[in-house]
Amino acid sequence: MSNLLAINPTLLAIALIVASTPILLAAMGELIVERAGVLNLGVEGMMITGAICGFAIAVESQSPALGFLGAALGGAALALIFGVLTQYLLSNQVATGLALTLFGLGLSAMIGQGYQGVRPPPTSALPLPVLSDIPVLGPVLFNHDPIVYLSFVLVLACWLFLKYARLGLILRAIGENPEAAHALGYKVVRIRLAAIAFGGACAGLGGAYLSLLRVPQWTDGMTAGIGWIALAIVVFSGRRPWRALLGAYLFGGVSVLQLNLQAAGIAIPAAWLSMSPFVITIVVLVIISARGKGDAVEPAALGRSFHASQ
Amino acid sequence: MTLKTLITGSLAALALGGAAMAQEAAEPVTAGFIYVGPRNDGGWSQHHHTSALEMKEHFGDAVTLLEQESVPEGPDAERAMTQMALSGADIIFTTSFGFMDPTINVAARFPNVKFEHATGYKTAENVSAYNARFYEGRTVTGYIAGAMTKTNKIGYIASFPIPEVIQGINSTFIHARQANPDVELTVIWVNTWFNPAEEANATQAMLDQGIDVVLAHTDSTAPLARLSDVGGEVYGFGQAADMIEYAPAPRLSSIIDNWAPYYIERVQAVMDGTWESENNWYGIREGMVGIGEFSEVIPEDIRAEAAALRDSIAAGEYHPFTGPLNRQDGTPWLAEGEVADDETLLGMDFLVEGIRTQLPSN
Repeated sequence: MSNLLAINPTLLAIALIVASTPILLAAMGELIVERAGVLNLGVEGMMITGAICGFAIAVESQSPALGFLGAALGGAALALIFGVLTQYLLSNQVATGLALTLFGLGLSAMIGQGYQGVRPPPTSALPLPVLSDIPVLGPVLFNHDPIVYLSFVLVLACWLFLKYARLGLILRAIGENPEAAHALGYKVVRIRLAAIAFGGACAGLGGAYLSLLRVPQWTDGMTAGIGWIALAIVVFSGRRPWRALLGAYLFGGVSVLQLNLQAAGIAIPAAWLSMSPFVITIVVLVIISARGKGDAVEPAALGRSFHASQ
Repeated sequence: MTLKTLITGSLAALALGGAAMAQEAAEPVTAGFIYVGPRNDGGWSQHHHTSALEMKEHFGDAVTLLEQESVPEGPDAERAMTQMALSGADIIFTTSFGFMDPTINVAARFPNVKFEHATGYKTAENVSAYNARFYEGRTVTGYIAGAMTKTNKIGYIASFPIPEVIQGINSTFIHARQANPDVELTVIWVNTWFNPAEEANATQAMLDQGIDVVLAHTDSTAPLARLSDVGGEVYGFGQAADMIEYAPAPRLSSIIDNWAPYYIERVQAVMDGTWESENNWYGIREGMVGIGEFSEVIPEDIRAEAAALRDSIAAGEYHPFTGPLNRQDGTPWLAEGEVADDETLLGMDFLVEGIRTQLPSN
């Protein structure tokens, strides 16, 4: 087992955060959407659309910052198609979300023609002054690219928003009982549309994180199912921000750990290692939810269409 | 001659002439291609696609091209093949190992359609198998990897433990050791042909553990993209495609699949009615396996040695699996000077002595 010494814990922790960030971003967006009572299964489609929008804009403008902005806008624009269809035309959310994934995959492949083999402008790391000098914690947490910090802030903001903000309370009320919220004078459809656009923007950022930073390149279908994992983490986390963070880091962490174990030559069958991220993440989140005695949030109006006349 | 005979006569002549004309501008042959990934993945599927286009260009209007991309290996592949056979394909090329059993199944239902399955070993009356001796290419890249590593650690990102990949790992290791007796080879199984994020993560895991040359046996260019993002003295190789956009570093050289001559040959055989079920395994000599240009980052003497290795394989003077070689558990496989036979290679399910990583099935 001396091989284990070949794994550097600091490097592993850094790799964990980097590998988890796209999942975390997409999951945080979907969490807000679901708390508003909307089920958008199009996360994968919005991620890959964000991946190519961000990539194309970053390449054309040679500015990663503009690229990420474009990715968020691209993801939000795609999400708003879903929003208009489900909120105004009252289409079925499950079917529309699935269609959005298929549409996003096709659309991204079309936009991506001509971007294969192109190198995006590098996004430089941004070590935070003072904080990055803290031993161990500094390099692990505070020596990343700006998007990683954004993901930290996003989790905190989502938690504060849902727990303490007035608008967060309204959003939750709409998720639980849109009729009552409507009767109180809240704009159910508009707030839901805003949540959907936010979810799309987060998914788009997650996709662009892959194409501009993680890999970095554009390839058709490059998200390869990460959107579905984000969706599953939202459900298993009981739609609670810190638990979603735990789920995303657990999944990313075990994925990276199993690759490192293989690289260190630890003799565990590779098939077991490959499935471990899925199994461990689900088991841990289910145990936490079970111990919390049903504190998982299941918005009562999740996935149901709302119309003021009903 | 009555008017009646005149009319019937000319009608008959017309009909005959028409038939003859139809014979001349024979029905175009419809060739179908099934790809496991997107046809612009920059690697494996893309090279099948460009080779198919080259074949189409060679024949012009005499060939109609049908293509279906991103077909998953498994039951859905049968649906895609059936669809293609029903659309009138005369010959269907199925271009991934996992399409083997689906191809055999569908071929049994369409005895008049010819099938060509890439990288497998099963054949039938109307099913040929074709494959490239990728391990010959791995000989050259393995040698360069062994010579270029500073840490004496090289890594191999492997998809699935199938014979083709195992041949590649063994050939890489044997020739890396020839260049550098101290080199260690580490294998990471990613259990996928195409997942850029996972391939990038595997590359990063290798770099984090001091591996400085990464060889990939997956379909995307993600490992090279990751290496190029990291920068410095870390290297990789083009796989399936030249991937020249990553030269001169991190891409040192590449293994290029060139299927076009084979596709032209086989479609021609269908036109001539001479197509027969065969099992073809071509290498550097036949041009199915090409070695990409050596990067100037490689020292000149190593470039010369690598070129000599390539040329000796092309000339048939050297076989990459020449004894003495032992299996991983130390039991003898090939005696001094003995050369591996194709049957053993096609079913290869063991690693050679000196590799630490175990095969997943063990």
